[in-house]
Amino acid sequence: MRLINRHPGRPGWMMLAILPFALLLMLYLGSSAQRLAENPRDKLLPSMQQMADAVERMAFTPDKRSGDYLLWQDTLASLKRLGMGLGIAALAGLCLGVLAGTLPLFGAALSPLLTVLSMVPPLAILPILFIVFGLDELSKVMLIVIGITPVLARDLEQQARQLPAELLIKAQTLGANTWTLILRVVLPQLLPRLLIALRLVLGSAWLFLIAAEAIASTDGLGYRIFLVRRYLSMDVILPYVAWITLLAWAMDYALRRLTRTLFPWYEGAKA
Amino acid sequence: MSRNESGAVASGSLARRPEQGGRSGHAVDEHRATQPAARLAGDSKPFIAVKNVWQQYGDQVVLERLDLSVAEGEFCTLVGASGCGKSTFLRLLLGQERPSRGEILLDGAPIAHEPDASRGVVFQRYSVFPHLTVLDNVALGLELPNAPLLGRLLGGAKRRARDEAAAMLEKVGLGHALAKYPAQLSGGMQQRLAIAQALVMKPRVLLLDEPFGALDPGIRKDMHALLLELWNETRLTVFMVTHDLTEGFTLGTRILVFDKPRLDPHAPGAYGARVTYDIPLNEDRRAARAAVETLPSHVAGSLQPALQGA
Repeated sequence: MRLINRHPGRPGWMMLAILPFALLLMLYLGSSAQRLAENPRDKLLPSMQQMADAVERMAFTPDKRSGDYLLWQDTLASLKRLGMGLGIAALAGLCLGVLAGTLPLFGAALSPLLTVLSMVPPLAILPILFIVFGLDELSKVMLIVIGITPVLARDLEQQARQLPAELLIKAQTLGANTWTLILRVVLPQLLPRLLIALRLVLGSAWLFLIAAEAIASTDGLGYRIFLVRRYLSMDVILPYVAWITLLAWAMDYALRRLTRTLFPWYEGAKA
Repeated sequence: MSRNESGAVASGSLARRPEQGGRSGHAVDEHRATQPAARLAGDSKPFIAVKNVWQQYGDQVVLERLDLSVAEGEFCTLVGASGCGKSTFLRLLLGQERPSRGEILLDGAPIAHEPDASRGVVFQRYSVFPHLTVLDNVALGLELPNAPLLGRLLGGAKRRARDEAAAMLEKVGLGHALAKYPAQLSGGMQQRLAIAQALVMKPRVLLLDEPFGALDPGIRKDMHALLLELWNETRLTVFMVTHDLTEGFTLGTRILVFDKPRLDPHAPGAYGARVTYDIPLNEDRRAARAAVETLPSHVAGSLQPALQGA
């Protein structure tokens, strides 16, 4: 049988899905054990026990200096920034995208601007943000907003353009004005696509967040990773990276479930 | 179909204007063109008057010198080869496009140059809103005109709109599917929904752009019956583009054949299409309808309660 026609069964599928993770883990554990056997003070590839100790220290023991539980404090600070950034960017991207994609007059003015703006590397203007907005929360949130708004807006503009013209005409024959047409026909059909677009930019949002926190911050997941880098504390960095990955995956999963719950019509309508 | 001019004139279909070089056939043409209207409505003022309409895109002439008058309540089917301007003509009637030259009058006034609630439309695809349930798809038309700010009605008004929509859906045979989304319906059901959605607005003109083109023959027959039933109940004027000649002949009270009477093989876009045949059909239905319309309205109303209600 040709390879292209061979499908894994359900248990086979599970096995194949787990296999790469298991291999990577084994590779790590093997190398770690080998290095630690040669030099018990090696910091580069900490053992599971060392990482568990670090997690115990960061997450479940109050910090000696401040009395805070650092992991949770960092998580809260980061998620707050990320949430605000994503929220503002989603709102702005949706408004810009709908305007540019639905109303030709706005599209003519906005489309080229958005195209150019989305080409500006957001990290390159991070210094400008620090100068303009100062070193506190605002500049970090703004980096996320500036980084992903043009992407969201362009995607939604494209999606709005792809709504069949027939639907917009039909809405007009049903007595819609421009505003109610957007409100009842365009917007509801773009919301599920906004959630999908958000899932796609989640990675960039985390990137901008960690970059901003690494440069100027006193808490946050990105700040902590870059702080402990000075002491080569891989036993802290690796669990933090795993935690960030888990958070990102959970957000992605939540957005996917939200799309299905809020917009049950969407899956069927794509066909 | 004859492509030469004299053939077209002999068929008595070109409502030619004298100043545009009409030959002796012109008197006959005028007579033919106004005849259906006179027979149906009993007066000379047409409901829809198309006056010397041209439509061209760049060098490409799609329609030229189109003259038509259509009486209220007429069921016009538009047939012709692909690219002969049937759908273009429909878009002009809809207000989706503006004619390059000439004008179209609806009840004596120029038609609005954008789609509005006076003209309903059903397309072959994408006629219904995928994000609304069947009930909301129809109720939307009752909500939008009355809620210019929110786009939706609240409380009792909303309930009344939904009741009216449900009654309309019952009539087209979708009473069992009110809570479904369009994607859960078959193609025929979706077109039923699209028709209900258009008719709940009580438009004076219904434009159908190959509405049944994608349906199975059996379903198509059902849809024909439904459409004729609804047409009989209302004073609706229908324009229906179709590729199916049988459909055109069985449904219409008047068939309009679009064709290019002149063709330059070296410049296919130089000449546009016109209505080369304009044939009254189905005299019985036409007569029945005309008879009802001559009755005093209270009598007609009691004969056909749906006339006002639908």
